Amino acid sequence: MAFIEARDLVKTYSPKGSPEVRALDGLNLEVQQGSVTALLGPNGAGKTTTVKALTTLIKPDSGSAFIDGVDVVAQPQAIRRMIGASGQYAAVDQNLTGFENLVMVGRLYHLGAKVARQRAKELIELFDLVEAQNRTVKGYSGGMRRRIDLAGALVIRPPVLFLDEPTTGLDPRSRIGLWEVIEQLVNDGTTVLLTTQYLEEADRLADSISVIDNGRVIAKGTADELKASVGGLRVAVTVVDEVQIDAARAILNRFGSGESAVLNGRTLVVPVSDGPAALAAIVSAAATEGIGLHDAGMRRPTLDDVFLQLTGHAAETDEAEKETAA
Amino acid sequence: MTTTLKPIPGNAVTRFVSDGAVTTWRNMMKIIRVPEILLFSLIQPIMFVLLFTYVFGAAVVIPGSDYTSFLMAGIFAQTVVFGSTYSGSAMAQDLKDGIIDRFRTLPMSGAAVLVGRTTGDLVINTLSMLVMMGTGLIVGWRVKSSPLEFLAGVAILLLFAYAFSWVMAFLGMSVKSPEVINNASFLILFPLTFISNAFVPSENLPTPLRIFAEWNPVSALVQSARELFGNVPPGTIVGDAWPAQNPIATVLIGVAVLLIVFVPLSIRKFATISR
Repeated sequence: MAFIEARDLVKTYSPKGSPEVRALDGLNLEVQQGSVTALLGPNGAGKTTTVKALTTLIKPDSGSAFIDGVDVVAQPQAIRRMIGASGQYAAVDQNLTGFENLVMVGRLYHLGAKVARQRAKELIELFDLVEAQNRTVKGYSGGMRRRIDLAGALVIRPPVLFLDEPTTGLDPRSRIGLWEVIEQLVNDGTTVLLTTQYLEEADRLADSISVIDNGRVIAKGTADELKASVGGLRVAVTVVDEVQIDAARAILNRFGSGESAVLNGRTLVVPVSDGPAALAAIVSAAATEGIGLHDAGMRRPTLDDVFLQLTGHAAETDEAEKETAA
Repeated sequence: MTTTLKPIPGNAVTRFVSDGAVTTWRNMMKIIRVPEILLFSLIQPIMFVLLFTYVFGAAVVIPGSDYTSFLMAGIFAQTVVFGSTYSGSAMAQDLKDGIIDRFRTLPMSGAAVLVGRTTGDLVINTLSMLVMMGTGLIVGWRVKSSPLEFLAGVAILLLFAYAFSWVMAFLGMSVKSPEVINNASFLILFPLTFISNAFVPSENLPTPLRIFAEWNPVSALVQSARELFGNVPPGTIVGDAWPAQNPIATVLIGVAVLLIVFVPLSIRKFATISR
């Protein structure tokens, strides 16, 4: 049995006045000990629900889940002694200082006052929050809150760590800082399950990626395996004027080896068999038909292409992209 | 691989006490760090005591009693009932902030969170009571019963408020929005405290309101406190309704029912909620 194992997890919600939502629709997942597995998918794919089910926050309607052989549904308190969880929105008490927040978590793990304080001190240093430790979290920046929240998840040095979109909404610098911390943890042997809608994040941090859509895992493998599975080169073009997107699409379909897809508003991508020839043909056809191009080029498949191919829609939502840009 | 930290030895009882202490500490820290909460919950009763004494005191005639003596039990009851709503908005806020999600991934007692929360209200209510008593004494209120009866009066007010905190905590977790809980409790509790014997003798009310007031649990609470403080005006006409005839028994039964229903309900709710 894998270290973390989920079998046929189903979870449905019935919001008032709306049809039933199947947040998890027979989800299967295996995470090997000491590895980092990324759950990659768009908003609403079921990533957070998966983490909630594995961290005992919600009970699945059916299916089973085990962490190191312990039944998540039957023995929630035993699970809580071996996991650390850090969520999408930093779950810290705004009116406590950073240090007090960590001591509180340690005491609620029943480490005793002395060990809880000792450990809080270590984590404050590890997360570079020494200067801010005696200020209330209310005055922390987004990145600092995220660090305190992540530190809270590490209080007992848990063998298993769940990170639900650890860097969503962070500026690029904070994001890279957090990645470095996570990489350090992994070197210490912690098993990590992280969710992300950023392909770059999964690519950088994860040994293994499970692509999730509509509450089930639709593909899994390493980043390279997933990229290889969608095959050869791509040609991507960006049109100047959005109204010409359909005309551009027709050209891409003519010269590509498969169906073209819209990546975001004005960028189109198509798999090709002979890259340079296809690129030349597409650019010249666009010129002939009077379609202005901002950009045109060949590239190797990215996880974006994997996602497009598997689900028919792009992985990163517009909202996510705005956050990245901000 | 680094070793996971193990808990110190303990059993269910010591864990519960320790978790309750930590969460109560957290709520007390909030009072210290956001003193406005305490300030407003203390200033408001002072304001009510003064407003009612000097604005209505001149107009409302209570036969055989001055208005302040009549009024104080009513202000006490209103203040502690409103003080209990804080549990509702605080639970809703914690849920929204994700703190409850954090707590629920920890190997701690969920019941302890609720005990810590409702105990926080109890502390605020006790402080409000002290401040109100001081203000009352300054403007002429006097306790005319034995010290034991006086303490019983204070206890029954705080006990009822404590039980009511559990109702509010449950509602806070169900509604999930601090704003909704604040507005809704205002809309429900204002009529409940005003259509009672808290500020005016209920026998003078129009018949439908009088009947409501006689059955209103707030009236029973006010009447209990009034009796135990020795502040019942001589010649008060007590309604025929059972609660009006037996106010202390009504309050104690009410407290028991609220606790029996809402303690398990809240604990069960806590074990399943998540943002």
